[in-house]
Amino acid sequence: MSGSHLSLVKLQGISMAYGRGAAAVRAIEEVSLEIARGEFIAVVGPSGCGKSSLMKLISGLHPPLAGSLTVEDRPVVGPLKSVGMAFQNSNLLPWRSALENVLLPLEIVAPFRRGFNRNKNAYSKKAEELLESVGLAGFTRKYPWELSGGMQQRASICRALIHEPEILMLDEPFGALDAFTREELWCTLRDLQAARKVTVMLVTHDLREAVFLADTVYVMSNRPGRILKRCGVNLPRPRDLEVTYTQPFQDIVHELRGLIGGKH
Amino acid sequence: MERSEVAIRVVAPAAFTLVLFLVWELVCAVFTVPLTILPAPSDVFGALWQYRAPIIDNSWVTLWTTLAGFMIATVFGLGLGIAIGWHRAIYAGVYPVLVGFNSIPKVAVVPVLILWFGLGEVPAILTAFLISFFPIAVNVATGLATTEPELEDVLRALGASKLDIMRKVGIPRSLPYFFGSLKVAITLAFVGAVVSETVGANKGLGKLMLDAQASFQVPIVFAGLLVLAVLGIVLYAVTAIIEARFTGWAFRGGANR
Ligand SMILES: Nc1ncnc2c1ncn2[C@@H]1O[C@H](COP(=O)(O)OP(=O)(O)O)[C@@H](O)[C@H]1O
Ligand SMILES: [Mg+2]
Repeated sequence: MSGSHLSLVKLQGISMAYGRGAAAVRAIEEVSLEIARGEFIAVVGPSGCGKSSLMKLISGLHPPLAGSLTVEDRPVVGPLKSVGMAFQNSNLLPWRSALENVLLPLEIVAPFRRGFNRNKNAYSKKAEELLESVGLAGFTRKYPWELSGGMQQRASICRALIHEPEILMLDEPFGALDAFTREELWCTLRDLQAARKVTVMLVTHDLREAVFLADTVYVMSNRPGRILKRCGVNLPRPRDLEVTYTQPFQDIVHELRGLIGGKH
Repeated sequence: MERSEVAIRVVAPAAFTLVLFLVWELVCAVFTVPLTILPAPSDVFGALWQYRAPIIDNSWVTLWTTLAGFMIATVFGLGLGIAIGWHRAIYAGVYPVLVGFNSIPKVAVVPVLILWFGLGEVPAILTAFLISFFPIAVNVATGLATTEPELEDVLRALGASKLDIMRKVGIPRSLPYFFGSLKVAITLAFVGAVVSETVGANKGLGKLMLDAQASFQVPIVFAGLLVLAVLGIVLYAVTAIIEARFTGWAFRGGANR
């Protein structure tokens, strides 16, 4: 599916560890995978298996121990500088309004920061539009504590997207939300990705979430994490929440569940 | 609602203070406590009025030496806190020395300062500084150290330098800690200045009280204590107001972390 001319990220035989020598903790073992431009991948696996580590590795925040990692055919040697990240905790800065929080990356990422003060009005407008597109119209001037958990998460995803990154990395972004809010946010993310064609890597332990959103789901083993299975999700897009109640959807979820194991 | 707030914040402390003075006065009258042991508030206020000129004169000296020491402590403490929070190695190297230094009673340092700089305002300023920079430095460093690792990842993935992270997150995050520490520091600076004046000085409230004590003018000693208390409250209140003004988000967003 992902011919090499299309692939944006390529991992070959990647291993990674925290610490050195005898005390080192192996987090990832012999992982090979490719992510095509515009592809939406999800990584699932038991807690502590190395999903977050894989994300850090691909962003260039942590070096591999062995193997080769390239993005756009160039080896990754440091932070990629154009990755958008969001976590389970929204990590919004409490002294900034939603809008100012979303503007933060533009104050940092190279091409934007130089002209930031000059272009502030245009940037603000762009950020406002982005916030509106995720249903936060009217909340752009609110501070994080004035927003619900779901709204904070929406703002956090906007912050990860404002600089139009090549890759969007989401680490269990909906893990702390209630089931209804979570499904609303699935749809928000689905629409954002469809509109912007951004490449997404979603780490989650919610199999329904992974299958609903992703083109490809990778299942990781217990630590040290290996890829147990690469599973293409061939459900047609655009996907509606209704799809989660259909048999083909349930079959995929069921198959993945079997791979992850644990006590039943 | 607005009025009950005023009642609690203004009327209650004023009433309590008044009652305190009344009880004090009554105790002195009923038990006929000698003036040299415990003067009644009326005697103290009498002395305060009678000796107002030297008291005001010396209060000024104490006030400005306190503020001078406090200013130096603020600048130095902020810089040191940022340095400590910047890198683990600086933290590891400097922190034990700082703790050791901070545990020396500053009274013991005053004679050395007098030896170096002579009697005068300089030892008082330096004592105020030495006693008050520590909480500022520690608080700023703590604020910097509490930046969430995930947030740091978000910023580093955008290509942020260490300096960017400090400017955008670390320093704003540590501001509530910084302003919070000013309240503690100003009180300590005040203590430092007065202690230094009491050990050896040619001016200041501490010196005034020392002289009064030597000549058994106990009401003046108590008048000095009273002025110290009032000045202490004013200095604390001013820094508390500054804190509330600059770091409102930290209080309003309390539920948010
Ligand atoms: N900074 C770190 N230092 C040492 N070990 C770590 C660090 N981060 C994660 N680990 C270890 O690496 C393993 C994988 O962690 P992580 O990637 O966070 O797992 P997941 O996100 O799948 O829950 C875990 O066993 C964890 O204890
Ligand atoms: Mg994780």
